[in-house]
Amino acid sequence: MGVEGIGARVVRKEDKRFITGKGRYVDDIKLLGMTHAHFIRSPHAHAKVKKIDSSAALKMPGVVAVLTGQELVDDKVGNLICGWAITSKDGTPMKMGAWPAMAPETVRFVGQAVAVVIADSKNLARDAAESVVVDYEELPAVADMQSAIKAGAPQLHPEAPGNQVYDWVIGDEGATDAAFAKAANVVKLDVTNNRLAPNAMEPRAAIADYDAAEEHFTLYTTSQNPHVARLVLSAFYNIAPEHKLRVIAPDVGGGFGSKIFIYPEEMVALWASKKVGRPVKWTGDRTEAFLTDAHGRDHVTHAEMAFDANNKITGLKVKTYANFGAYMSLFSSSVPTYLYATLLSGQYNIPAIHAEVVGVYTNTTPVDAYRGAGRPEASYLIERLMETAARQLKVDPAQLRRTNFITQFPHQTPVIMAYDTGDFNASLDAAMKAIDYAGFAARKAQAKSQGKLRGIGVSCYIEACGIAPSKAVGSLGAGVGLWESAEVRVNPVGTIEILTGSHSHGQGHETTFCQLVAERLGVPISQVSIVHGDTDKVQFGMGTYGSRSAAVGLTAILKAMEKMESKAKKIAAHALEASEGDIVIENGEFKVAGTDKAIAFPMVALAAYTAHNLPDGMEPGLKESAFYDPTNFTFPAGAYICELEVDPGTGKTSFVNFVAADDFGRLINPMIVEGQVHGGLAQGIGQALLEHAIYDANGQPVTASFMDYSMPRADDLPSFNLSHTTTLCPGNPLGIKGCGEAGAIGASAAVINAITDAIGKNNLEMPATPDRVWRTIHAA
Amino acid sequence: MSTVKLTVNGKAVAVDVEDRTLLVHLLRDHLNLTGTHVGCDTSQCGACVVHLDGKAVKSCTMLAGQADGANVTTIEGIAKGDELHPMQAAFRDNHGLQCGYCTPGMIMSAIDIVHRHGGQLDEPTVRQELEGNICRCTGYHNIVKAVLDAAGRMKVSQAAE
Repeated sequence: MGVEGIGARVVRKEDKRFITGKGRYVDDIKLLGMTHAHFIRSPHAHAKVKKIDSSAALKMPGVVAVLTGQELVDDKVGNLICGWAITSKDGTPMKMGAWPAMAPETVRFVGQAVAVVIADSKNLARDAAESVVVDYEELPAVADMQSAIKAGAPQLHPEAPGNQVYDWVIGDEGATDAAFAKAANVVKLDVTNNRLAPNAMEPRAAIADYDAAEEHFTLYTTSQNPHVARLVLSAFYNIAPEHKLRVIAPDVGGGFGSKIFIYPEEMVALWASKKVGRPVKWTGDRTEAFLTDAHGRDHVTHAEMAFDANNKITGLKVKTYANFGAYMSLFSSSVPTYLYATLLSGQYNIPAIHAEVVGVYTNTTPVDAYRGAGRPEASYLIERLMETAARQLKVDPAQLRRTNFITQFPHQTPVIMAYDTGDFNASLDAAMKAIDYAGFAARKAQAKSQGKLRGIGVSCYIEACGIAPSKAVGSLGAGVGLWESAEVRVNPVGTIEILTGSHSHGQGHETTFCQLVAERLGVPISQVSIVHGDTDKVQFGMGTYGSRSAAVGLTAILKAMEKMESKAKKIAAHALEASEGDIVIENGEFKVAGTDKAIAFPMVALAAYTAHNLPDGMEPGLKESAFYDPTNFTFPAGAYICELEVDPGTGKTSFVNFVAADDFGRLINPMIVEGQVHGGLAQGIGQALLEHAIYDANGQPVTASFMDYSMPRADDLPSFNLSHTTTLCPGNPLGIKGCGEAGAIGASAAVINAITDAIGKNNLEMPATPDRVWRTIHAA
Repeated sequence: MSTVKLTVNGKAVAVDVEDRTLLVHLLRDHLNLTGTHVGCDTSQCGACVVHLDGKAVKSCTMLAGQADGANVTTIEGIAKGDELHPMQAAFRDNHGLQCGYCTPGMIMSAIDIVHRHGGQLDEPTVRQELEGNICRCTGYHNIVKAVLDAAGRMKVSQAAE
């Protein structure tokens, strides 16, 4: 490892612009002649749009246009799509209603756009929106899943009778029933996985710029995957062919999944910019984010786990209702199916699993992938079940896990996933040591003497990251391939540009990706720059989500580097009059092994471009590209243990210690990995204690600002105690597993297991607010 | 419309704005100081924090006109040329930022926290004082470390002056 190579704690190259206020986010960009869009949104959860009267608004100074959903229809702009096809157990495809970017006839959630005002300034657009009169005919609405699936419930889409999108199954029902028939013990649990609002700190924004002479659009947008945005906007929405649409995602202020999807607003901005002949900018405010950014989680599940007399798990049955909101967002269908039910085996050897997932429409904001996406829901369910089982079977919860850990790899689960490697005992050992698990009983007694209820909670998570290979996800219904691409451009002076289809919005790619180059060539990272987020610069890419950028994106860079190095070695060998096989790369030089003959890398680059002395038949230049499609998902795993105290008088929870022992395979930059874990843990703890996106019975959002949705703040959280165990991922040459979502996936169960341990009652839903905890303590 | 006269990052400016203009929009839209961000519109998240006459304020929560005659410092105004403010350096060195969106407000709040508490800062105090700044990326762990680190650096640099 060099000082800037793989494994080094290099401070981030990108930080200087962020700490000096020089970041360039979409809302920071101004174009000449730019107009501003303000959307008119439904105040009703379900209503017919009878009439939109914009006559008064159009007379106001500075108003350029008021555009409606009907005009989108007239211009043949496509509806929003869902890109992952799921088949129900009866063999029918999932049932979806159309989602127009602005509703021409019917609105189905509060905040759905019906029209947009385009004006010379944001304030003028807002003023004019006040003068647009929309005549709605209110319809009965339904916001919770239990009501939505009842007979006689208000119906959202005629295409989906009973508000059911699909009824999907996985696993072997017969084998599972047989396991339960022979079980010595059965553990049952009902859990709700609370709905979350993503709340990246930067609200979504878009600037669309149409060039009439070139018939070309440029879109600046807050996207995690600008190439996917271009593909969808072009192929499905009829905005423009791909070569006439440039999508730029500059600095993006957090994504967490919520900026994967193609939303109505950027689509409308593009369309409107052509209609009005000027650039159109839209910047969402926080309430719009609550109303329109795809929410996360929102599952209701009943599960049963069968055990034999030796406390070995023999079977698992799961039935989950998943709330999709009012429309099927881009990858929504895959979240409670292939990203959730395929992880239901957890870290355990479970011979038989059967899961059924019913997808439900409600009059709420659409739900899609968010910070873990299906895997937090699976991990929370399994780890709550294990804790419940330990209490019911009266065994130590850590020991019950050990009894059932998978210890042989590869391991084929009954739910598609084939775990490639891992050492679950090692991570549990590390976590138990870090928290002094053995000394807990004494600490609990000590706390009791001070009137506090102390609890400890274990959570052993596993996740599937990378979301690849393409052939596998294609067979499961994905509409796109999920590989990654990279290009290595060596300039004649030896500086290097790495073009990647991954997108960095906080993950630190501009540093970690350079570290790979430093590792291989021995050049300083200051000589390397990372280019991403612009479809005109990078040919194609699938973007950043599912903790995939290092395992998939960086491996693509490695593949391109290997090609470039191979050519560079030929050039060096030719210049040094040596055999190509004798050339080694060390400290920025190409050397003839075992001699003092060497040529510096910049001289190799220069030789490639002067082309004065290249091997016969070699093309000039030094630039290579690669597309990399993994052979399997990656399987990060770990053990989290939370120790906390509950004040029985107030129900308030205080952390004593939170330890995390993760196995992410090889770490490129441990400092950045730790940061990723910290953030994930905060999300997992936030979900457990604070966060909940709530609707009333009529579908009115109760939590639509930071005044009423409880975001985790610094004084809600502890400092974290992190460690790593390592099994290298055999699925990619760097041995990387991914680290972006682990904390969000594993932390919630540890917290709830600890609180329920402290209060001696097992049934407690998230978020475990002081009020809810107090009521649970004092319930009869 | 009114003319607001104020000093921003040491430079006197006079800006014609609508009376309803918020200070953050004067900075971002009229002076192109886009380092100050808007994250919530309800005074909760702190992405918009600047210093007004030396105190941290949320620039989305005051009218530009209320800053008439004031001395405003933004994230763009705290480094001395190429020399970062100790708080900026501490955020970088402790990996106290990821996406960078909350970072300017965090840094401006944190400088004010150190000024108010001097050498008396500890972790619980920093966590409590950061209650008005929300970060979704870092879990605050490294932000807290950065503020404590910078508190030490700022004492040293004050002593040196």
